[in-house]
Order: sequence, then structure tokens, then C-alpha cells
Amino acid sequence: MSGLCLQGRARVFGDDINTDAIISSTRKRESLDPQVLRQYLFEHLSKEFAASVRPGDILVAGKNFGCGSAMEIAVTAVLGAGIPAVVAPSFSRTYFRNAINNGLLPLVCDTRSIGEGDVLSISQADGISICNESNGVRLEPEPLPPIMLAILSAGGLVPYMRQHGSFTL
Amino acid sequence: MPGKTISEKILSRKSGLDARAGDIAVCEIDCALGTDASVPMALDYFAAMGGTVPHDPRRLVFALDHYVPPQSAQTIELHRITTEFARRHGITLHGAGQGIGHQLIVETGRALPGELAVGADSHAVTYGALNCFATGIGSSDLAAAMLCGKIWLRVPASIKVTLTGALSPGVYPKDVALALVGILGADGANYCALEFCGPGVATLAVDDRLVLSNLAVEMGAKNGIFPADATTDAYLYDRTKQAYAAVAPDADAIYVRELAIDLGSLTPRLALPHLVDNVVPLDQAAGTKVHMVYLGTCTGGRLSDFHQARDVLRAAGGVAPGVQLVVTPASRDVRDAMIADGTLADFLSYGATVVEPGCGSCCGTCGVIPPDGATVVSTANRNFKGRMGNPRASIYLASPASCAAAAARGAIADPREVAP
Repeated sequence: MSGLCLQGRARVFGDDINTDAIISSTRKRESLDPQVLRQYLFEHLSKEFAASVRPGDILVAGKNFGCGSAMEIAVTAVLGAGIPAVVAPSFSRTYFRNAINNGLLPLVCDTRSIGEGDVLSISQADGISICNESNGVRLEPEPLPPIMLAILSAGGLVPYMRQHGSFTL
Repeated sequence: MPGKTISEKILSRKSGLDARAGDIAVCEIDCALGTDASVPMALDYFAAMGGTVPHDPRRLVFALDHYVPPQSAQTIELHRITTEFARRHGITLHGAGQGIGHQLIVETGRALPGELAVGADSHAVTYGALNCFATGIGSSDLAAAMLCGKIWLRVPASIKVTLTGALSPGVYPKDVALALVGILGADGANYCALEFCGPGVATLAVDDRLVLSNLAVEMGAKNGIFPADATTDAYLYDRTKQAYAAVAPDADAIYVRELAIDLGSLTPRLALPHLVDNVVPLDQAAGTKVHMVYLGTCTGGRLSDFHQARDVLRAAGGVAPGVQLVVTPASRDVRDAMIADGTLADFLSYGATVVEPGCGSCCGTCGVIPPDGATVVSTANRNFKGRMGNPRASIYLASPASCAAAAARGAIADPREVAP
């Protein structure tokens, strides 16, 4: 987490994007491989997304991102496309947890000032901040609780559990 | 210090802390469910974490419910992976065709009052009906739970939902749940607990409470919990030998929001495509032509649901021409009871397609897929575009009686008019 420095294009979606919209439940019947699943990201919402997504792109959405199913592939398929962060004013709790556990950075802030294709820089000094290089707007996401920061800093829940063996506060 | 909600009390008990809304608590898990859709990934995380043997296999339950019957080499492999791990470590395993994991957890007395259950499937919230703090998690959290027997949780603030009165004829718990989703919205209870209370609770059977708890996640809630009473004890009497200590809220507990629902004044509700909080009084969509009616899932696949639907179809004289009726019992016990009391024969006589107990068509992973352009009325919990496996279908959510009324008329109709 320290030394965090990301820059990427904003890929913008609306409110209440459910996990079936991120990746259809039916796709996980055939493969759990993020490199396979990434081909079907947002297939029913945006036919061109999977072909046009580039590593480093940042997902931006409206309220309640990731509502619905708790399926983990809705996070791993996003990571599989090389997307390092998701920014939204609110998340479903299961998506937020799964994101932290897999090292996908979920940031909570008002996203109305971000447009499709805007260049976003995410950096960390005292806290994490987002700078929209395309219009100069600076956003301050809500701070994460220490347990979530600890899991993210470890690189996700797998390295965290390898280090600690259990949860420590 | 002020008093505590049910959720604060259970998480205090399970963490050994004086847990209050907003606190982070590391809690001991009493029961964890995994399914064929979540266990295979969980086992990858578990191995990567250095896990070999589960911390306490007796607290784990695996269910093969999403791919029933498995229809490809890949899904057969997911069943093999899940089954082999369960057998090797003595984990309770419900095989394909036994039913939906959530229903089996409840039926077999694995979710108990005052306890903490997690499930690697969002509808694990269902067990809140039995005064159990129950919440959904992903495969990674299930892996950590298998490794250490614990989970960290932010103690939720609670929304108090006071139920008064009793449901009128033709109005069912699904209508109450949909009305609540309409009031709160798809994120209106994000990170919160829904705590049900009031004199209306006593009028609801456990099957009814399960519907309300099940839909809690469609409002973003972490859990949807009921108090325990004589109805709870009677339900569990034959299902568990284990002692339990139910939890009631303190009179001076603090709630983030309070709302009241008069059960007697409710009318049938409908969630329009493609969002669960797109809720309207059913009358507003009456007359919409229907092609497929789906009865099943962890929301509406229990014996009482099928009785309610069957009674409407019987009164109306069967299913309208051109409507495909699909029936998926939530468990083998439910199906066997339907065989024993003639309900299944009734559905077959109406031309229903009966599918093996499991998740069925709900999320398009197995069962009958609706055709292009189809309008579906379903007892399920989600109507997202593509949810049942076809993005060119439109899904409406309703009570079993309202679904049956739609099947009988070939169009959305008020069950109180179809079967007065």
C-alpha cells in the first residue's frame, strides 16, 4: 500500500451494477480462469468493453457497485483484465470484501465528476487520494479500517493468512 | 451504556468483546456453508494460504446445488473437487439433487438461535429467520474460515422493522419482502442488519420468516434477523439435539432507522425487470402477457410455497395455453412431501416441468433457460438482466400465489381475483 501510485483511464458505469452484469453466473460453469473470464466482462452491458479494456484502466461506477451474488469471479475477472482499482460512492459489502481479499483496490467517493476516458491518478501520502488529470478535480476517498488496510498491504487475504494464520486486530 | 441489538449481542458473544455497531470484531464461526459454485475456488485459496486440514470440519457444510445435474465435463469436475475434499475431511456433504444448501442448512438444524453462520453464497442471510446471525461471504473468506474458524466483521448498525397485524388472504411473505425492498431500495440497508420485531412476527411461520430474511441481501443488508419464539423452538425440535441460547434485543438498544409494516394493509407486489427494487403494486402491471412461470429457489421453493401456488391453479382450473410452468423444489424433503401429499401430481397434471431439487433456473447455471423475448414471472429473489441465463428475457418477481395466477391467466393477474 505504501508507495501506491496508479494511473489509468476511467471506464465509467452507472448505479447498481450487479455481479451478474460484471460477469454472468453462467460463465463460471465453463472456467474459473480470470484470463478466460475477462473476455466476458460486462458482456450484457457493454459489448465492446472486454475488447477495449487495457491493463491499468480504472473502473468507475455509481452507487451500490457489485450488488447481488457474492461470487468471487466478479473480482478476479476484473483483476484478470489488469484493472487495479474500482471507484464508486458505495459498494455491496460482499464485493468490497472480495476486492480487498484479492488486492483489487476499492475506493469510496463521489464519482460524478469523472467521465469516460478521464485519466485518473491514485496516490498515497497521508491517505489515498485520486486526481482527475483530465479536469483537475481532486477526490479524497473514505479511509479504510485498519484490518482492511492490513489485508491490502499484505497483498490480499492469501498472503495475510500465510503471515498471520488467523485474523489479528 | 445503552442496550444492544440482537446482532450486537450475538457478535459480542462470538468475539468475546463488548461489540457495538461500527466496531470490527473477530468472531468464532459456528457453521460455514460452501457450494459447488464457491468451494472449488475456496480450496484454491485454502491451499495457497498453506491450508491442508480444515480447522474444524464439523462446522463445515458443502452442498452441490448450482449445477444440478452437472451438464458438462467442467461442472462434473467442480463436483468431484468438492466431493473429494468433503469425504477426505469428514465434512457434511449434500450431493447433487439433495437441494439448495441454504434450505438444507435450515432443514437439518445447522443454523441455530444465537449462533453465527456464514455461507459462501449471498443468500446465506436466509438463516436469520432462526435468530442466527447469518451472512454471505466469498470463496476467499470461506477459505480463511476453513483455515482458522474465524471471520472479521464490522458490527452492523441495525434497522428495526416492526411488523403488526396479520396478512390478508392472497397476500404472502414475498409481498412483504418486496414491499420492504421497495421502501428501502437495493442499497437502503447496505452494511446494516435488518432486525424484525413486533406482534406480527408471531403470525409468521418459519417458512414465512425465511422469505423475509432471504430478501434482506437484496436491500444490501449484512443479515436479516428475527427474534426466537415458540415457533422457532417447534421448528428446531426434531432437527437438532444441540442446546442453543436465543438472543433478544434490549429495550434500549439503538437503531439507525425504524420502520413499521402493517401486514394487514399490504396488497400483492411485483418487482419489474431488471432491478429487485423496481417494486410496484401488482395491479399496475396486470395484463402483461407471460410466457414462463418459475416456482422454486431458496426464496420460494418450500412446501408452503407450492401449496399456495397449487391452490390458485386448482381454483383457476390449471395453466393457460402457451405458458411454460417450471417447478423446482428447494430440497429432496420438500419434493418428497409434495409427492406424499399429492402436490407434485397436481403440478404434473397441469403440465409442469419438474426439475431436480437445487438452484435450478434461478441464476442460469442449470435447469430451464427462458427463450428470447420471454416474460418470466418467478418466485426467485433476483431479476437482473441475464440472471436466468438469457439476457433477452424479462423477469418479474412475485409471490407463489401471484406466479400461479400469472400461469393460470397467461398474464400478470391478482391472485385474489383469480382464486377468490
